[in-house]
Amino acid sequence: MGRVEGKVAFITGAARGQGRSHAIRLAEEGADIIAVDLCAQVDTVPYPMATPEDLDETVKAVEALDRRIVATQADVRDFGALKAAVDDGVAQLGRLDIVAANAGIAGTADGTSNLTEAEWQDMIDINLTGVWHATKAAVPHLVAGGRGGSIILTSSAAGLMAYPNIGHYVAAKHGVVGLMRTLALELAPQSIRVNSLHPTQVDTPMIMNETIFSLFMPDKQNPTREDFAPASQEMNALPIPWVEPRDISNALLFLASDEARYITGVALPVDAGMLVR
Amino acid sequence: MGRVDGKVAFVTGAARGQGRSHAIRLAQEGADIIAVDLCDQIATVEYPMATPEDLAETVKEVEALDRRIVAKQADVRDQAALKAALDEGVAQLGGVDIVLANAGIAPMGAENEDRIAAWQDVVGVNLTGVWNTVEVAVPRLVEQGRGGAIVLTSSTAGLKGIGGDSGGGLGYTASKHGVVGLMRAFATNLAQHNIRVNSVHPTGVNTPMVVNEVMQKFLEQDPSVAGALANLLPVELVEPVDISNAILWLVSDEARYVTGVTLPVDAGFTTK
Repeated sequence: MGRVEGKVAFITGAARGQGRSHAIRLAEEGADIIAVDLCAQVDTVPYPMATPEDLDETVKAVEALDRRIVATQADVRDFGALKAAVDDGVAQLGRLDIVAANAGIAGTADGTSNLTEAEWQDMIDINLTGVWHATKAAVPHLVAGGRGGSIILTSSAAGLMAYPNIGHYVAAKHGVVGLMRTLALELAPQSIRVNSLHPTQVDTPMIMNETIFSLFMPDKQNPTREDFAPASQEMNALPIPWVEPRDISNALLFLASDEARYITGVALPVDAGMLVR
Repeated sequence: MGRVDGKVAFVTGAARGQGRSHAIRLAQEGADIIAVDLCDQIATVEYPMATPEDLAETVKEVEALDRRIVAKQADVRDQAALKAALDEGVAQLGGVDIVLANAGIAPMGAENEDRIAAWQDVVGVNLTGVWNTVEVAVPRLVEQGRGGAIVLTSSTAGLKGIGGDSGGGLGYTASKHGVVGLMRAFATNLAQHNIRVNSVHPTGVNTPMVVNEVMQKFLEQDPSVAGALANLLPVELVEPVDISNAILWLVSDEARYVTGVTLPVDAGFTTK
């Protein structure tokens, strides 16, 4: 008996990285998946974003576990498209229980005041408004189901502390915490739980690229993954450079499962002790 | 394959309530148990505390799961007694991987309270007792060199100014806040050894510490704390197994990079 057997989970940013890992981990424990990803580049994002082939790979991995998956290319900034994707998924899979608002981007500038208008706006639109859109599209289905539900918003260690040079990211991720707490208050009477996750650096394409390496090592020319490891580890309390997507998925699985049936309103770090130092 | 297969867990306050539930839940997932409980009354505590029979029942339930358990009567305020209990458990079970500092008392609502005695008892058990528990286990964990997971049981009263104005109530709130400080300091100090330290913060749990006449009278008398059992989710009390499930996750390898975290299991109480 899986820990989320028979449930349906809606996951944004599901083509690769943490989102794909969430889809696979929940499917391993018995859930069917409604997967959404933009699968295209955003102009202001300084690393290659996910592709349709990435989303196909997620579909294949979930189906290999004998679970169903409805995958749609959609932009979390486009509420209409997101709503259509969720509505279609629920129509096909019959219910909705779990929401993982995971889609997000990263970017950096030499000082937050030097971000361009477009960089700021894209970040807020995707990492904050996109999260709200995911909940806005999903909540009516959770309420209609009458079985409660579990919403997990992916924030960041940067949702609870500051990093220099990424004020747009830090502001959006802090905003996610406010949204989480408000929704937790509003939805508790329906037994819908809302929590947020706060990862340290995770080994995904969003982090493992030269632009993000440079954020951590501004003085290093052409920094590599090997250069990044000690700089990243320096920020964690535990003696590790970064965590794996599966570590975030295991926290998400716990929050999504009935084992956490009375946990709501919680900002849960999975941060190797970054915040406690 | 259990989620804590082959590990050994040291659990204080294991005779009944949350402690017994933790022992059983971890045993279900493959752990052996070193159980400690005072099994005796403390003068300033007006509700009946656990008995040797309660501890014997925990032993029976763990053994019924085909796991081993070493159970000792010991006072968490007595570091030497606690160390002796742990040493014997480690000798029999081959080590220790998980430490649950769960023992606690709630001596609020007593009639004709001796404020100083109540303060001292609750701080002794709920704060010094937690420190003693970690203190005796850490040298073992470090020496073994295989990491470890420690969970300190705090409370919503470790995050919010609830608990009332009795000596015991103030001591309860202060000690449960103090547990957070201990957790954070140990998390920082022990990270280099891959030993993780976190705290859990339950709302009212369906145990004899909460469900008794003294606590009910206390909640009725003081409207400012009556809200202590008014959760955000539509549930009056959570069950011991809900706290055990959170602890199981925290001590399992699924949370291998979670440390320094205050985890409420409070039906939204602290979000209100």
